[in-house]
Amino acid sequence: MSKKSSATAEARSEPGTGNPDLSGAPVNASLSVEQKVGLYRLMVRIRRFEERSLRAYQAKKIGGFLHLYIGQEAVAVGCCSLMGKDDHVITAYRDHGHAIAVGMEMNPLMAELYGKATGCSKGKGGSMHFFDPSRNYWGGHGVVGGQVPLGVGLAYGLKYKGLKGACMTFMGDGAVNQGSVHESYNLAALWNLPVIFVIENNGYSMGTSQARSSAGELARRAEAYGMAWGVCDGHDLFEVRAFMAPFLEEARSKCKPAVVEIRTYRYRGHSVADPDNTYRAKAEIEEYRKTKDPIQVLQNTLLAEKVLDEATIEKIDTAARAEADVSADFSEASPFPTVADLQKDVYWEVDNPSERKSQGRLFFN
Amino acid sequence: MPLIQYREAIRQAMAEELTRDPNVVILGEEVAQFHGAYKVTEGLLEKFGPKRIVDTPISEAGFIGMGIGASMLGVRPVIELMFWSFYSVAFDQILNNAANVRYMSGGQINCPIVIRGPANGGTNVGATHSHTPENVLANHPGVKVVVPSTPYDAKGLLKSAIRDNDPVMFLENTILYGDKGEVPADDYLIPLGKADIKREGTDLTIVTYGRPVIQSLAAAHLLQQEHNISVEIVDLRSIRPLDMDTVLASVRKTHRVLVVEEQKPFCGVGAQLAYMIQSEAFDELDAPIARLSTIDSPSIYSPPVEAEQLPNPQRILKAVIEALD
Repeated sequence: MSKKSSATAEARSEPGTGNPDLSGAPVNASLSVEQKVGLYRLMVRIRRFEERSLRAYQAKKIGGFLHLYIGQEAVAVGCCSLMGKDDHVITAYRDHGHAIAVGMEMNPLMAELYGKATGCSKGKGGSMHFFDPSRNYWGGHGVVGGQVPLGVGLAYGLKYKGLKGACMTFMGDGAVNQGSVHESYNLAALWNLPVIFVIENNGYSMGTSQARSSAGELARRAEAYGMAWGVCDGHDLFEVRAFMAPFLEEARSKCKPAVVEIRTYRYRGHSVADPDNTYRAKAEIEEYRKTKDPIQVLQNTLLAEKVLDEATIEKIDTAARAEADVSADFSEASPFPTVADLQKDVYWEVDNPSERKSQGRLFFN
Repeated sequence: MPLIQYREAIRQAMAEELTRDPNVVILGEEVAQFHGAYKVTEGLLEKFGPKRIVDTPISEAGFIGMGIGASMLGVRPVIELMFWSFYSVAFDQILNNAANVRYMSGGQINCPIVIRGPANGGTNVGATHSHTPENVLANHPGVKVVVPSTPYDAKGLLKSAIRDNDPVMFLENTILYGDKGEVPADDYLIPLGKADIKREGTDLTIVTYGRPVIQSLAAAHLLQQEHNISVEIVDLRSIRPLDMDTVLASVRKTHRVLVVEEQKPFCGVGAQLAYMIQSEAFDELDAPIARLSTIDSPSIYSPPVEAEQLPNPQRILKAVIEALD
């Protein structure tokens, strides 16, 4: 099964149905008022968390890179809000949004950015390496495209164990030219693995625009592997959900993989180290922010539906800012890992000495 | 005890573990219908079926990465590399994902995989197919590296590797696949990180692993017969974890050491060993630590010259005599 995608209406169609109208998609129509507010709150919490992390970075509380997701929130929240108990998520290094979208709390995430022992990875992973297997969230991976075979493996594991779940394997538009991605497409299609490859296309692989880096349409490459594919806009949460739901269902129920491209935009540079003044116009960022900001778009929709009112919006925003501030305070107060912690969490056997079977030295200083 | 080939010992280990644990799955190029490029997996498809014995496309980064991802959910893939030389196209998966994922997740994720296949020179297949990457692999905390020299060791070590909750790199040898040795037909394990004295001696210790163990045994035999030199041979069997206790005990006994490795010398396993021996047993040494490595160039094709590029019994014999001079 393959799908055309060049025209927007077709791009928005569900696999196999040709229905261009997604506004009343069952996956959205079934949402309660509380659930809609919950999704809005998640997006606001991601935004405020990242804004707070940026301030902490500028205050030199955070080292290394910080790849902000600001502007892309509807993609992670839209996709992850569809997860059932056997669905899994893996992504690249722009991973804060997905972490909060799957339910991780701000404290361990901010503490991870601060390099503290209370971080989700005990301060060993950093911004690019958030993990929470208890929420089926498998990272958080630093090498472009390197996580994509792992996503195929999660899908393989689901199928091997006979579980009716799927793995959403996120990557950026810059990943699509990596060999590992194409090897993954082939394995997924060859073996009918329940994986959705989600290309979050924010238009730029670091500072190189899509036009300057990728030939052809990104998701259409799925056709070469006989996989379903589709394209949708990523600024409207409900559209993302309606678009993704049928692909996920096909993956879960029929083990059909797919490649989807969700068009989105990041307001900030590739990372905070990117001065963002060479490869795109400020007006382009402003235009997106004014007309397509995913939080504003959802807010407008929910205001029109009378699901939200100004007072609730204010309350959610205030609470999210406070939560982010608390997470920064928590992180500040938390201890750093120790030098002795360096050699923990390297080998399972070293961390479980009573069950160690091997002998000899595993570390060499 | 049955006398079986090295390749059969490896096959027995896989068959026993496939039977014992339904999460074990064999993945690799030509492992199923073709019966394995070196016939190591012969018959496993017929016995265990296509869900457990899986032919992959030629796509090492893809299927090794896939195996790592599946292992995070509790599948225990045993992945065959047709040649370890092809690790280079999957190296990102091995070092960034298999080696690092436990650490980067703060210990939340295990990666119980085995990657196995031959890593050796000596078969005239040129530089691309003759890599011995045990030093490169062992340089990455998070992985374990095992290099068995005999059928008995291969079976017991591979069974331990498959049951291990950390990623294990298991380096075999095409030249040893046909070697026969006594191997119990029943279940036994050899712990990783336990060296084995393959020959007792008093004049000099050869510390080695893999095929050079077999070559060293041949050299030791000649040295005893023709030169009245008594050589002790320590087979490391496992590079990481590393059994230094056995190495140091032998050094205390003979006071002279020759390290033999089928490795290029620069930053090789032998360099690490020599450093550790001098650091921990300096006063026990009666002579500088000697070292015999592969001659330092890309692996040559030309058959007679390749035999001289690698360690061989004559080179080892000469190195022992020089070390005792």
